[in-house]
Amino acid sequence: MDYLLTDEQKMIKELAHKIAEEKIRPAAAKYDISEEYPWDVLKVMAESDMFGLFIPEEYGGLGTNVMNLCLATEEFSRACGGIAVCYAASALGTFPIVLFGNDEQKKKYLPDLASGKKVAAFAITEPEAGSDASAIKTTAKKEGDHYILNGLKHFITNGGDAETYVVIAMTDKTKGARGASAFIVEKGTPGFTFGKKEDKFGIRASSTRELIFTDCKVPAQNLLAKEGMGFIVTMRTFDMSRPGVAAQALGIAQGALELAVKYVRQRVQFGKPISSFQGIQWMIADMATEVEAARGLVYSTARMVDAGKKDVAKESAMAKMFASDVAMKVSVDALQLFGGYGYMKDYPIEKYVRDAKITQIYEGTNQVQRSIIALAMIKEMAK
Amino acid sequence: MNIIVCIKQVPETTEVRINPETNTLIREGVKSIINPFDMYAIEEAVRLKERFGGKVSIISMGPPQADAALREAISMGADEGFLICDRAFAGSDTWATSYTLAGAIKKIGAYDLVICGKQASDGDTAQVGPGISTHLNIPQVTYVKKVEEATDKSMRVERMLEEGFEIIETPLPALLTVVKEINEPRIPSLKGMMRSKSAKIVTWGQKDLNLDPQQIGLCGSPTQVVKIFTPAQRTGGQILKGETVEIAKELVSLIKNEVN
Repeated sequence: MDYLLTDEQKMIKELAHKIAEEKIRPAAAKYDISEEYPWDVLKVMAESDMFGLFIPEEYGGLGTNVMNLCLATEEFSRACGGIAVCYAASALGTFPIVLFGNDEQKKKYLPDLASGKKVAAFAITEPEAGSDASAIKTTAKKEGDHYILNGLKHFITNGGDAETYVVIAMTDKTKGARGASAFIVEKGTPGFTFGKKEDKFGIRASSTRELIFTDCKVPAQNLLAKEGMGFIVTMRTFDMSRPGVAAQALGIAQGALELAVKYVRQRVQFGKPISSFQGIQWMIADMATEVEAARGLVYSTARMVDAGKKDVAKESAMAKMFASDVAMKVSVDALQLFGGYGYMKDYPIEKYVRDAKITQIYEGTNQVQRSIIALAMIKEMAK
Repeated sequence: MNIIVCIKQVPETTEVRINPETNTLIREGVKSIINPFDMYAIEEAVRLKERFGGKVSIISMGPPQADAALREAISMGADEGFLICDRAFAGSDTWATSYTLAGAIKKIGAYDLVICGKQASDGDTAQVGPGISTHLNIPQVTYVKKVEEATDKSMRVERMLEEGFEIIETPLPALLTVVKEINEPRIPSLKGMMRSKSAKIVTWGQKDLNLDPQQIGLCGSPTQVVKIFTPAQRTGGQILKGETVEIAKELVSLIKNEVN
């Protein structure tokens, strides 16, 4: 389908495709096995200005543009969902600064993130605060010109490898959700350490670690927006970043579909390529249509965000939920088309199933997305 | 250090088809790319510029569509592109091509180094680089796999041989042809791609270069392609068996028969 991309968007897609095919795909299996952080691939992305796609021009980027970020993330994910998320998670960690940072904070942090010299991460999840973000226990207590952070974040993508973290902590527990605040915390700040690196089912090229804060002294000027704005920062950030996760899911689905179609054209059974069988063809038709539908939703949402529409929570949730459900279904069907070979690790397709699964879980489980969508619908109709 | 890189646009496929009537390459319907060996030349030039400063100019002789190759080189960090394009240059062999490119290099002037890929993936002659250096009357070092040291007056490079390498020091200006071992060409940057889109490509024809009409194009090309064909696959040879003395005798008689 022709999405009427601008010349600039075509250029971004073409360049991201080149990086994906020349640098990511050949490295995908290696990093899936070793679980090392793919610094060499990220360096290529950085040198190609890819980290500038979500940062304003005045801070060294190419302008914050969610559609551009989605195009790049989709292409990277076609080749490896794990390497792609290292990139997309840096966007997630950068958005709060882009959206809520003051000029001083932007000047200090954004140029290095735009050049890819540093990678960012966003930290809200805790062992007992997943979907229920209001259950956060990490605290930030103001003492003079500092805040003292105490607590534990876990499942943090890019944790340990990122240099710049945006951390949500409670400044006033009595106020519940309105008592949360967002802080920029630099790696190396005394009292800020990392816990174990998780051994994951998929997206194994990306790092996922615990962040441990023990009387961690963060300068007061690292507070984003105001005290109590933590959840607004989070929600607005997710509105911007969910199309990116959706694009990651879309790329995984597209990549799995392409591998499957390539395979069924080669695989001969009963004297014919199995692509000549109607049962196979119908599966391909469904997969291709679902992927295209997901793409339409993801691109439309991204364009809506870029157009500056205020309330995009419903559409962002729809794009993320639908694209990730498609990624899961299409990757499982793609594996099915590979038959017994698909089940073997020698073939690349099983990795797509593993990588797809997380997209239904992180940045809000798909059940949470459905709640957001339903509530928005009910609210709209009540007007 | 001002560097000039000569590049050629070639068909992407390695299975080049040949028009049996004209004995020329069929280019229609085949995606064009920068000759892969020239990518190493561009990369090395950009790296030298990053180390020593200066300017990288790219020249390509070819049809108007070679504009895309020049822009791609600019997206990788080159500064300017020159397209040498004129019907008068059509049908050039390696002699006429190197003569024409040398003419363009002289017109650009003020260069310290010329870099070419070791050969083009379509013609595979490896003659144009050395030809240019001859026409320019500057030293040439072919099959360079590493630039060891460089000053504004001289350069020390490693030249690849079949077994090992030799180290050569050459005064500048000089011409290098490079092999793929020299570097890994970079993926362009978005900013580079944007710059390349708006970059002005200078087009020069015969009237700009004012070359000897007897040395350009088809009539300036001493090479005549009589026939192009895929050599027949070699059939298995004959293996002689038996005692060494007898084998030797038989071999001698076989050779004698072959000669007679």
